[in-house]
Amino acid sequence: MTTGTITPYRSTLETGRDGFPQLLRAEWTKFRSVRGWVIGMVIAALVMVLLGLFAAGNGSIGCNSGPGTPTRTGRACVPPIPLGPDGRAVTDSFYFVHQPLTGNGSITARLTSMTGRYGTGGFPGGQGPSLPYRGLQPWSKAGVIIKQSIKPGSAYAAVMLTGSHGVRMQYDYTQDIAGPAGAVSAASPRWLRLTRSGNSITAYESADGTHWARVGAAHLAGLPATVQAGVFVTSPQHTVTTQSIGGRTSSTGGPSLATAVFDRVSLVGARSSGGWAGDNVGAGNSALLGGFRQAGGVFTVRGSGDVAPALPDRVGGSFPSATIEQHLVGAFAGLIVMAVVAAMFITAEYRRGLIRLTLAASPRRSRVLAAKALVIGSVTFVAGLAAAIIAVTIGVRLARAKGFYVFPVTALTEVRVVAGTAALLAVAAVLALAVGVILRRSAAAVAVVTVAIVLPYVLAVASVLPAGAADWLLRLTPAAGFAIQQSLHAYAQVAASYTPTAGYFPLAPWAGFAVLCGYAAAAVGVALLLLRRRDA
Amino acid sequence: MEATIEVSRLRKRFGPVVALDGMSFTVPPGQVTGFVGPNGAGKSTTMRVILGLDAPDEGSALIGGRLYRSLRRPLSHVGSLLDAAALQPSRSARSHLLWLAHSQGLTARRVDEVIEQAGLQGAVRRKAGGYSLGMRQRLGIAAAMLGDPPVLLFDEPFNGMDPEGIVWMRGFLRSLAGQGRAVLVSSHLMSELQDAADRLVVVGRGAVIADTGVADLITAASGGRVTLRTDARTEAMTVLAHAGATVTVTGRDTLTVSGLPAERVVAALGESAVPFSEVSALRATLEEAYMELTRDAVEFRASAIAGSEEAGR
Repeated sequence: MTTGTITPYRSTLETGRDGFPQLLRAEWTKFRSVRGWVIGMVIAALVMVLLGLFAAGNGSIGCNSGPGTPTRTGRACVPPIPLGPDGRAVTDSFYFVHQPLTGNGSITARLTSMTGRYGTGGFPGGQGPSLPYRGLQPWSKAGVIIKQSIKPGSAYAAVMLTGSHGVRMQYDYTQDIAGPAGAVSAASPRWLRLTRSGNSITAYESADGTHWARVGAAHLAGLPATVQAGVFVTSPQHTVTTQSIGGRTSSTGGPSLATAVFDRVSLVGARSSGGWAGDNVGAGNSALLGGFRQAGGVFTVRGSGDVAPALPDRVGGSFPSATIEQHLVGAFAGLIVMAVVAAMFITAEYRRGLIRLTLAASPRRSRVLAAKALVIGSVTFVAGLAAAIIAVTIGVRLARAKGFYVFPVTALTEVRVVAGTAALLAVAAVLALAVGVILRRSAAAVAVVTVAIVLPYVLAVASVLPAGAADWLLRLTPAAGFAIQQSLHAYAQVAASYTPTAGYFPLAPWAGFAVLCGYAAAAVGVALLLLRRRDA
Repeated sequence: MEATIEVSRLRKRFGPVVALDGMSFTVPPGQVTGFVGPNGAGKSTTMRVILGLDAPDEGSALIGGRLYRSLRRPLSHVGSLLDAAALQPSRSARSHLLWLAHSQGLTARRVDEVIEQAGLQGAVRRKAGGYSLGMRQRLGIAAAMLGDPPVLLFDEPFNGMDPEGIVWMRGFLRSLAGQGRAVLVSSHLMSELQDAADRLVVVGRGAVIADTGVADLITAASGGRVTLRTDARTEAMTVLAHAGATVTVTGRDTLTVSGLPAERVVAALGESAVPFSEVSALRATLEEAYMELTRDAVEFRASAIAGSEEAGR
């Protein structure tokens, strides 16, 4: 019984490889061998898809032509939405006093007055809106314009004075170049000029008609030889955003009308013999129409509407529309279920003491956490991606079938929104895992993750909070990551309700996602530190 | 050197509780070393320190001269069973072994081998949560054997085992030692280690009280005492006291004699013609030897700290 007579045991077992791939495989085996976790992930994906499709299936469009006529639904009710040169939906309604212009040339006008009226939405007597208040809207526009045709959605370039944003050059709906600030009066008129040279249109501005300053230039591809040139006036919906004591934000508004006085209107170039013609471009069945009066070279033009990209939540300019990310609203619910599974992936080990076996098998603890994070992150990503693809594909198809206009997005944006949602879920799962390591209790970990990510998101987008508070929540909390889902673009030159409720996040998509990643990284850091320091 | 555990001067506190207070011992290859002591003596904590799970405040525990944490494919160096309940109840026993095998780069074939070795065939597709404690112990043994390690640690492996299982376990431990492996088996019940352990490390209050062979321990505990069975109790006591022995009454017709070897007891009684029916050298049980050794530790535990074991978990 002395060690001298004993031959210590030597294993004849072929030694396996010892590396990170082996650890990954072990953690994957762990995950897939607990049926509840696999089912949990499937449920999370299903919840996401069903909530997303519910959002799409819930909407409907209906209209009634009058008593006794059948109610029509879907596309039949919706006037065609003009599409801009790039194929995106636009708002294109204004009053246009125009003449054809062939080849190169220029249009110049002196703006001597710009005034406005607006109402709060009442239509007394059914005779058209009442406009009891005086004043311009910030983005009321009056100026000179060169446009491909009077067809709504056609290409254009314009230089204009705005209600409170000074002189701007705008073209093709989304482009906006700032010129000098200031307003207009009879004492200090504004000279505005556009010159066409081929497909290039250059905008100028002057105080005296002698000294001209260049505002900007636009290149309008495929502009035909003959275009329409003239003066235009338009004025967007008047909107007031109020916040009640309870914090609820509501917008009210009404139509507005701008009236501009131009003189010294001159069109230089090859023009036809006809005179000036006036058109309500894109007025549709709007009750508020513009018009113009010409007397002794002075044009008095009234117009209402806007020339701008179409946005889903523009008060007054709204039309039945949907965004691709609307079909991903279920992500928050899927996230909760996924966070439960992710937290349990580690807390179940603490609860049973299994963590000791795990760490005895793999004493390099950081690697264990890395392997777990990679496995749960990948599983969540794949489940989230499948759910997002299904929800968006079917949701968009459903919405279109019902007559909704679905805001088009580039392939890159669609990939960012769909894969980004999956990545958002994956990062949240890693965060849940890390919090699980820190707290070692699944209920507590899930509660922390839900309060940190889902609660701020729901509070912000469900318009429970004032818009300002909602914005801050979506900047500072991990819920900022939901910004990755935003496909809509916010335009500085379009007054709209850019709130989380309307689908606009205060941070850019990747910036918001980075905030979430920052939280996850911090949690993983703390988890690593504790995992290495604490006794198992 | 590969197949040894060297524990030297381990100290560890859990808050105010001293769990390990200079624990030192060696587990050599080819032997079953029993690791015994009352609950809270520091057995589990020592095992966790050996496995790199708990960090000691002082001292070190080395496997073949190396820290556990520095081992690559540790399960091929040390197999361990700390807690048979440490498994995911909804995972099948086979999957439990499979992930462990994967973590060491081992194959499913090895899993099937250890399943057979532990006598778990036929039950491995079932969820481990439905296992009895005895079956969980076997599953834990299978997990410990996965890497075919030269060093094995078992914490209370007899817990929950039926008599048949205990016999199996004893034989299993013996066979492991017979192959030249170093085997450390903790137990708070000495009787479980009877016939299984070659050596005993008896601990109390976080330190080693005795580190000795089982035979030596029993001899020491027996203390040369003699059991005497006689109808003439009073006469025998008088005679033996006169011969210089200390006599205690242990029954209606039995006496325990110390300070006098058995042959001299027989001679003294014969000289005085005191009748007796039996004289035998008393052989202490392992249990008694253990009780003797750990009495202090138990008292300490009862009076002062009731929670070092719990705190250590």
